[in-house]
Amino acid sequence: MSNVADVVIIGGGINGCAAAYYLAKGGTKSVIVLEASNSIGHGGSSRNGGGVRQSGRDIRELPYAMYGIKNMWPTLSEELGVDTEYTQKGNLRMGKTPEHIKKLEALTKSANSVGLDVRMIDQKEVKEICPYLSDEVIGASWCPTDGHANPLTTTLGYYKRALEMGVKFYTEAPVKSLQKVKGKVRKVILNDGTIFEGETIILVSGYESRAIARTIGVDVPMTRLIDECLVTEMQPHMIDVMFGCASADFYGHQTKHGSFVFGSDSGWETVDEMVDPSTNIPDPSKLITNSMTLSASCRAIQGYIPALKDAKIVRSWCGWLDESFDGVPFLSRVDEAPGLILACGFTGHGFGTAPVVGLMLSQMVQGEETVVDISALQYNRFKPCR
Amino acid sequence: MVDIQAKLKEIGPFVEEPDDDLLVCRCEEVTKGQIRKAVHEGIFTLEEMRRYLRSGMGLCQGQTCGKLVKSIIASELKVSPAEVVPASSRAPMRPIEMCILAEDGGGCDE
Repeated sequence: MSNVADVVIIGGGINGCAAAYYLAKGGTKSVIVLEASNSIGHGGSSRNGGGVRQSGRDIRELPYAMYGIKNMWPTLSEELGVDTEYTQKGNLRMGKTPEHIKKLEALTKSANSVGLDVRMIDQKEVKEICPYLSDEVIGASWCPTDGHANPLTTTLGYYKRALEMGVKFYTEAPVKSLQKVKGKVRKVILNDGTIFEGETIILVSGYESRAIARTIGVDVPMTRLIDECLVTEMQPHMIDVMFGCASADFYGHQTKHGSFVFGSDSGWETVDEMVDPSTNIPDPSKLITNSMTLSASCRAIQGYIPALKDAKIVRSWCGWLDESFDGVPFLSRVDEAPGLILACGFTGHGFGTAPVVGLMLSQMVQGEETVVDISALQYNRFKPCR
Repeated sequence: MVDIQAKLKEIGPFVEEPDDDLLVCRCEEVTKGQIRKAVHEGIFTLEEMRRYLRSGMGLCQGQTCGKLVKSIIASELKVSPAEVVPASSRAPMRPIEMCILAEDGGGCDE
């Protein structure tokens, strides 16, 4: 086994797997992916609502989100040899109060300013798109080119294709630290002492990226936040759109399988310690759902889609968001750490952009210009306020 | 640490077997052959298998097939079933209607 490669990717989530795939496709000879847990896609990649959205995003993210939806998602299933279940039937972001509508109007206006086709619609038009909604919904923003996909098969599709193209994957390989050699980040040291070396190191490990980057004195300002999802039993086909709310009450969609997948919260997430009931000790790695959240989620969803009140919930799960300080990711090289590329802080909406992020990471490694300008996502965009 | 490429080489290519059509996960209609083939595509854990083929993701949440899938993965990987980590059990234990689950005395009940 050779522990030396052109590129070492730390993190076997969708962004890491996609980067590995596009690197191999672009001709990079040796790529190694290190995953801390025993399963590929163990983090946010498999713990999200599957949105492939442009609307509602910060304008710094919109150019590449739009690129991915226009140029990558439509052919992705074919390219990866899995059914990504990509469905491009629009995103409905609903509002129940005049304040909600005002918020949606502001989001719509900023998205229009960078060329996204999103507009405000009234209750009548909302009902034409989805007749199952509550009368309390008075309007919405509507982005017809948004949609959703299956994050589970998409993540594993990238992994599978990358494997076929010779990328080396190691699971149960948690990284302890990075180390510079002659001023350049080169060594990746695992908890068990194993050393990997790469000409380029891509750090794409969600929140854990922060601790790893700190080992070479680079701090990435982000925190973490728990988010929960639930899934219903199979329902007759009802609706193809992606749902969201101005108030962030819930989001979700009906999957190809027929079940509805929703994400929501109870409002207690920032103080949830994730106490393991068997030991009474907080353990964030165990990913324990909160007993309040599932019920709170059901109330939120019923408040918008009363037609689902008798649908049975079969499963709930949770995951951490790597929440960047200003809500958009870090996607850049690091001046004081040549050889290192950061790709983290996706703040809970990294799934939909993963194909284009993977592609741009491969372009950064291969010295090409990225498909869109991402200079607004430099890691050093934060300056002291006084 | 698991070297996926080395392990794939060690277990060799997927070879069809006469009982590959056997339904293992009845809720989601996943066959033994599909599970065996997925292992040779790099799907080594129950967590990944559930996401890849939906085995154990249906109404019974793997309470029927969980052990079977585990032993098939183990046999394909040529390891003891004890070495394959079981999938996480998730709330609720039995499927519950949304309107019933919603009645836990939360802030929106009044």
